Amino acid sequence: MAPSSRRPGHSRKAQYGLFTGYVIAGIGALLGAALLVISLIEPGAFGNLRGVANDAVAPVSRTTAEAREGGKGLIETVRGYLRAGSQNAALKREVELARIRLKADEAVKQENARLKGLLDLRTSETKPVAIAHFVGSSGASARRFGYIGAGRSRGVEAGMPVRTARGVVGRVLEASFTTSRVLLLTDSQSVLPVRLADRDVIAFAQGRGDGRIDIRLINLGLNPLKRGDMFVTSGAGGFFRPGLPVAMVEQLTDDGAIARVVSDPAAADFVAVEPLYQPVLIEAARTPAEEALPGSEQDQEPAPR
Amino acid sequence: MEQLNPRARRDAYGSRINRAHSRVLAYGLPWVTVLLSSVVASLPIASAIPMVPPLALLTLLAWRFIRPGLLPVWAGFPLGLWDDLFSGQPVGSGVLLFSLALLGLEALEARFPWRSFVQDWLLAIAITAVYLFVCLVFSGARFDTIALTYMGPQLLLSVIAYPIIARMVAIFDRMRLVRFRVLG
Repeated sequence: MAPSSRRPGHSRKAQYGLFTGYVIAGIGALLGAALLVISLIEPGAFGNLRGVANDAVAPVSRTTAEAREGGKGLIETVRGYLRAGSQNAALKREVELARIRLKADEAVKQENARLKGLLDLRTSETKPVAIAHFVGSSGASARRFGYIGAGRSRGVEAGMPVRTARGVVGRVLEASFTTSRVLLLTDSQSVLPVRLADRDVIAFAQGRGDGRIDIRLINLGLNPLKRGDMFVTSGAGGFFRPGLPVAMVEQLTDDGAIARVVSDPAAADFVAVEPLYQPVLIEAARTPAEEALPGSEQDQEPAPR
Repeated sequence: MEQLNPRARRDAYGSRINRAHSRVLAYGLPWVTVLLSSVVASLPIASAIPMVPPLALLTLLAWRFIRPGLLPVWAGFPLGLWDDLFSGQPVGSGVLLFSLALLGLEALEARFPWRSFVQDWLLAIAITAVYLFVCLVFSGARFDTIALTYMGPQLLLSVIAYPIIARMVAIFDRMRLVRFRVLG
């Protein structure tokens, strides 16, 4: 690897060629710095470019996603064989308990339906906008983004919640034509209003970036949490509908807890994109306080004096 | 002649009679491998923490160490821009860091022209460590001790990945000069 062969020698042309290369490289680095400043000030500036690029590789990423799911299944099958005996006994006990609880739940459900009938409430099931492959996540970057195989062509829009059968994964950040970029719950810039599943304790769930979530209680005081507590979305903010499982408390801290995400993106294969829970609320949060909400009554008659 | 030695008219890249190297392959393959490694990084696993080594940077460095001068000094601009589209970093961080890495290596090579694989490896690791750290600062992620601890596994994986990538690049380097039959 003798670098001497790369010296331009006395050839003027080669010398200029080398020098031009350095100049272009220097300009390239400066352009990079300029682009970086632009995208730090305006994070959505190059969203379209990224969207086109991700649309282009979508077929490849769908294939690898399928391979990944297959591989995971295989490992779990092998692991299952290794612990078959003890697991079988444990599962049998669990099934028996679950059967009993199921009966109890049915009774509760019946009573619920009766009470709702009395109150004249509609039971509405939200239909997902799209169901898509979870095709991958940002690999090397410290930011946690996921990519899903559904975009504007199927009605996905920025802000929509993304969930698996287990719970919330994140929300759509940018939708391009056939793919979308998802801000995962574990990203350190993701904040989600949550509450305890069984008590009235509200908190913010903020990603830590290491796969876990910081639970920050809103009412400070005696920490009411304990290990194993389940947090669900509270519906505040209008993005997520209330009651979606988010995270389980793993470790208590002074002002809350560190929790583990219920739906780890590594285990997600198919995800559902749900419509915004309360689009009006989001619109209201974006409108400055002085202005009237679009669609609200602006020219009201002044009250008679 | 062939009866004495069947490989007499051949070299490492195949028979030489009526065959020539492809310019497109010889100069295009390094670009293609680095571009592909940017895409590949986001595919194999979807994880809650960053674990995949910065494959595009490692491939670029491996090409730079194995065949200096094949990729021009300004290659950091287009390759970094492409990497930014897939890495999840803000656009511009790859452009800046790839360009600076290549320029820095050029300056370093003027001082220390003779190196062995071990020195190249150490250099690649040092560049990767700085790259990961600066990327963390640029990315807009929360910057604290937690962020530094989860960078550890990624850096260790990069340490292991570099020799493998360098081997692969060496194989690609041989594929690069394969001869093709020339008509006429």
